[in-house]
Amino acid sequence: MNGQKEPLLAIRNLHTRFHIFEGVVNAVDGVDLEVFRGETVGLVGESGCGKSVTALSILQLLRCPPAEIQGRILFEGKNLLDLDREGIRKIRGNSISMVFQEPMTSLNPVLTIGEQISEAVRLHQGMPREEAWRWAEQMLQMVQIAGPKAAAREHPHKLSGGMRQRAMIAMALSCNPQLLLADEPTTALDVTIQAQIMSLMMRLKEDFDTSILLITHDLGVIAEMASRVIVMYAGKVVEEAPVRALFKDPRHPYTQGLLGSVPIIGRKGVTGRRLQEIPGVVPGLLDMPVGCRFHPRCPRRMDICCEKEPPMAILGEHRRVCCWLERNGVA
Amino acid sequence: MLNYVIKRLLSTVPVLIGISLLLFFMLRMLPGDPAQVLAGQMAPPEEIETIRKQLGLDRPIYIQYASFLSRLARFDLGRSARTQNPVTEEIWARLPNTMLLAVVAITLACLFGIPAGIISAVRPYTWMDYLVTSSALFGISMPVFWLGLMLVIVFSIMLKWLPAGGTGSWQHVVLPSVTLAAFVVAFIARMTRSTMMEVLSQDYTTTARSKGLKEQVVVIKHAFRNALIPIITVVGLQFGLLLGGAVLTETVFAWPGLGRLIVDSILARDYPVIQGVILIFGLLYILVNLVVDVIYAFVDPRIRYD
Amino acid sequence: MTERVSPAACRVESQRKDSRLRRNWAKLRRNKAAVFGGILLVIYLFTALLAPVIFPGSPSAPNLIQSLEPPTAKNLLGTDELGRSILGRIIYGSRISLLIAVGVVSVGLLVGVPLGLISGYYRGKVDFGIQRATDAMLAFPGFLLALALVAVLGVGLKNTVISIGISMVPIYIRLVRGCVLSVREEVYVEAARAVGTRDLGILFRHILPNVMVPITVQTSLAMGTAILFAAGLGFLGVGVQPPTPEWGAMLGSGRVYLFNAPHVATFPGIAIFLAVLSFNLLGDGLRDALDPRFKL
Repeated sequence: MNGQKEPLLAIRNLHTRFHIFEGVVNAVDGVDLEVFRGETVGLVGESGCGKSVTALSILQLLRCPPAEIQGRILFEGKNLLDLDREGIRKIRGNSISMVFQEPMTSLNPVLTIGEQISEAVRLHQGMPREEAWRWAEQMLQMVQIAGPKAAAREHPHKLSGGMRQRAMIAMALSCNPQLLLADEPTTALDVTIQAQIMSLMMRLKEDFDTSILLITHDLGVIAEMASRVIVMYAGKVVEEAPVRALFKDPRHPYTQGLLGSVPIIGRKGVTGRRLQEIPGVVPGLLDMPVGCRFHPRCPRRMDICCEKEPPMAILGEHRRVCCWLERNGVA
Repeated sequence: MLNYVIKRLLSTVPVLIGISLLLFFMLRMLPGDPAQVLAGQMAPPEEIETIRKQLGLDRPIYIQYASFLSRLARFDLGRSARTQNPVTEEIWARLPNTMLLAVVAITLACLFGIPAGIISAVRPYTWMDYLVTSSALFGISMPVFWLGLMLVIVFSIMLKWLPAGGTGSWQHVVLPSVTLAAFVVAFIARMTRSTMMEVLSQDYTTTARSKGLKEQVVVIKHAFRNALIPIITVVGLQFGLLLGGAVLTETVFAWPGLGRLIVDSILARDYPVIQGVILIFGLLYILVNLVVDVIYAFVDPRIRYD
Repeated sequence: MTERVSPAACRVESQRKDSRLRRNWAKLRRNKAAVFGGILLVIYLFTALLAPVIFPGSPSAPNLIQSLEPPTAKNLLGTDELGRSILGRIIYGSRISLLIAVGVVSVGLLVGVPLGLISGYYRGKVDFGIQRATDAMLAFPGFLLALALVAVLGVGLKNTVISIGISMVPIYIRLVRGCVLSVREEVYVEAARAVGTRDLGILFRHILPNVMVPITVQTSLAMGTAILFAAGLGFLGVGVQPPTPEWGAMLGSGRVYLFNAPHVATFPGIAIFLAVLSFNLLGDGLRDALDPRFKL
């Protein structure tokens, strides 16, 4: 983003399909995205739009079959999908790490926190057990857990939700990865803890010089943390923009709907509009509408939207929209 | 931890009381005179009188129960109506034999069942999985005594490799313990498989993989450690059930254990022995469950501190 | 001896019942093993119901001239020690075992389900009492409990059904109670109570439907277990008494002739095996189809 030529992560035409009895589910249907060094890119969308599946596809954490991943996922220039099992294992937890949504269920209940944090660093960096444990304690300190030495000896169920999430972050950052995939890291937490975790992540990003792909449905989190935003709907990217531009001037009707549906006290006075909802529901992944996937719910749909899928229109650097409205010059 | 053990010990008390009540009332529910029943068909009238005094049948019921409990505490279970030996003696002579079969059977079952279940869960819907699951299904559908008889037909009659019954050498142990183990190994394999599959689909397994751990490590260190908890419970349960299955197996193989004793006693209406054996089975089962619960606490850190 | 069904299986949403039913049926039909079990079961029921048609004549009438004959064209599975056709006795035996299975499960359901519902819903002292009694009963392996009850009640078909049935009761109580406990915490139950629904209404409209799933699975497995237990009792001579053709009893009396006429003991065992297998296959298939956790 800062004049860099090569992105750290470049996803090109990613298709992730699930073969189930009822048919084929195209969870991710032709997604392109890029993350540059030092950035925090937000990936936004409702539940079921394919954002988590995108992240899981990067690290190949999906069971194939029934999943099937196609396309190119370039990390530092190399296609991750070309790697064999050993190859992707060396990347996981090492160059690319992941933080998950539910800290309660994402930590192993029978192993101590210290054990779970030191695993990655013992594996990838060959650290002996003693040293790795001390490193785990240090990591716990860095994520601002009080009494890190004691915490390392505890099991997950003894920690609060916020502490568990911090521990997960410590686990993910323990090998100093270049890229952190954060899948709804604050969704399961209380609002006040959310704020703490967010600021922690921002600080750690600076300290460790890690890029973050932040996946969430919460626009507030995006506003706080991301520098660039990608909006997904029903398996496709519908809009991408720098964060300020997105909030000030959303182009895609879906993004407009999302922003319009955030409750703000005194909204009418500020924006001149009342709370808007997007009518209808997200289509089931097995019955996708023909043409633009959003057209059944779009307040500005045209005839062509019901027939053909819109092409991606490039509006500037890191700014694109997938909508027929752009094509016709109607904004 | 100690608290937990003490609590568990205390919780067995109501169950023990329940069992003693069960036994106490069982005798009195039978038609006829309880003293006569205890003494047996052939007993002389003096014998019956002695027992009647012992039971205190004219006293109020709670005094009878109290004396019953005090006799239990002194390990006085009466005398066998058939052999006139003290019941405790009869039981003591046969208990080691039953335990031997049960221990060998459960060991065999775990040695084969747990790995089979793990393999099945890690490679589901492959030929290995189908082999394990269908064998296991057959195993739990087969009557254990029929399997015993079939094994006798093949290995004793046709091949003449192993003896058809009795005790004496390790060869005598093989067929009965394999028969006993058959059902258990099937059960354990199924339980292991379903538990492992459930654990492998948990979030923390994905987290472990996302750290780049080798699949073996994920399966054994992360998944199996969690699956161990319910598996241990099941193994303990099965050990108790083995005591029940031993009844049929011991009959088939003429194995001199508690199972044969109770069957013979039922057929001969030898109530003191029936009572005694039921009591012992109940006690053993409770003991096994207690041990399992304690092991549980060692393995599952969540239980330890609550 | 039966596997436990998870109480989590009973947390199903009550919306869209019809499509859910159709979907589950489709899932069940896809499960080849369950279909096979279903077919076996149908054959079994068929045999039991139409026994006199398939095999006319009395299965228990002795015919000592042709005793202990191996399988021939006349007697497809040979004859037993009293010269009776083993095939005929197996066919009639299917009635007996079916009767036992149904009887046992009825006892278990009729006694166990209400007790489990009450225990789980009302908690308190009632729950405590019922649970301790259940604990005491579950302190014994099922077969042993049935055996003990037979010792008290005596032998014969009726007592066999009662004994095994009673030994099933604590399992049903536990199962139902576990289910009730997890369902009663659900928000919709709280909502129903907030609206003023009476206890009985809640029990019937909200809790019972969710309990149906594990009960159905357990019942299928329990029927197989009942047949195994009854056969065990028959084998030991303390179950159904001769001359009634019960498979286990046939095995028991055939045991003596193992050396010279092994077919007498072999074939009834195969019959038991197939019957129990069919119940287990079906029960497994039902569990996979109905348990919402196993969605693939």
